Amino acid sequence: MTDKTLAQQFIEAIPHARALGMQLDEIGDGRAVISMPWDKRFIGDPATGVISGGVVSALMDTCCGAAVLTFPGSRGTATLNLRTDYMRAARPGQRIIARAECYHATRSVAFVRATAHDEESDREDGLPVATVTAAFTMEGGKGAAQQRAQAEGRHEGREEGKDGGAGK
Amino acid sequence: MTRPKPEPVQVIKERRDKALRALVGGIPYAHFLDIRFDRRGDELTALLPFDDKLIGNPFLPALHGGVTSAFLEITSIIELSWSMLWEDMESGKLDPGMLDTEHMPRLPKTIDFTVDYLRSGLPRDAYARARVNRSGRRYASVHVEAWQDNRSRIFAQATGHFLIPGRSGNGQ
Repeated sequence: MTDKTLAQQFIEAIPHARALGMQLDEIGDGRAVISMPWDKRFIGDPATGVISGGVVSALMDTCCGAAVLTFPGSRGTATLNLRTDYMRAARPGQRIIARAECYHATRSVAFVRATAHDEESDREDGLPVATVTAAFTMEGGKGAAQQRAQAEGRHEGREEGKDGGAGK
Repeated sequence: MTRPKPEPVQVIKERRDKALRALVGGIPYAHFLDIRFDRRGDELTALLPFDDKLIGNPFLPALHGGVTSAFLEITSIIELSWSMLWEDMESGKLDPGMLDTEHMPRLPKTIDFTVDYLRSGLPRDAYARARVNRSGRRYASVHVEAWQDNRSRIFAQATGHFLIPGRSGNGQ
């Protein structure tokens, strides 16, 4: 797929991703890895210096969206619903690394999960800072669904209702 | 029986506004996003002024989903902290004169936060109000709604659970 450069350009074209200093590390086949630096402007709890949950959510949302975009046949997406579970505080001063996987998609909905690590837990495969489960719109229509079904050697079964989704 | 003379309204307002400013001013990320709060009595309305750096989809254009999420989460945390601060402040347990960004009560910690994106966030100012549905000794459940031009057309809503900072040395 040529999606790598396309998605990288896309990430770089997102003003808010640029504002937070996000960097696309890996992408393809419904998976994405995006990281961003710790910065004192992003602190959510001044008593501890821990980065704001909102920053982690923004990184995860971007990473999940990128994963959906590289799912076979996807032509566009928007977040429908995103749940973040915060397991522990991210260590101040360390980068945050998000990994997202679009593990299933119908012709109108993509299901995504993601984890966020700081540098230490990423290196040691330790406890994530946060995990995400999310549903995204899947734009690409019937053709995309057929393309995916062929790629997976099966027929697309489930059909979702009309998207209620909105852009990001 | 003599009743104590009521405080002048300006003194009360100044005290409450000062506490709110200290609370919001202590969060660098709220400042980064330029989130502000309007106060009417104890009711807070959060304001997120539009800025180009908040864009997530430059083609529509639309607010970044992460910005919406962060806005909702900060609104929830401020509302919850404010409701706890308010009780202590009004009952006289806490002297707002002593409050500044260096001496604030600990903020609640987010356990989980679930956002519903109902429509795309337009490139203009956004507003949000949160409601504390339950606040116990250790946990709180907060619901928050955000809108833009019309109060009745919510573009995103969220529910979050928070760990209340230890009032009885139960913190962390």
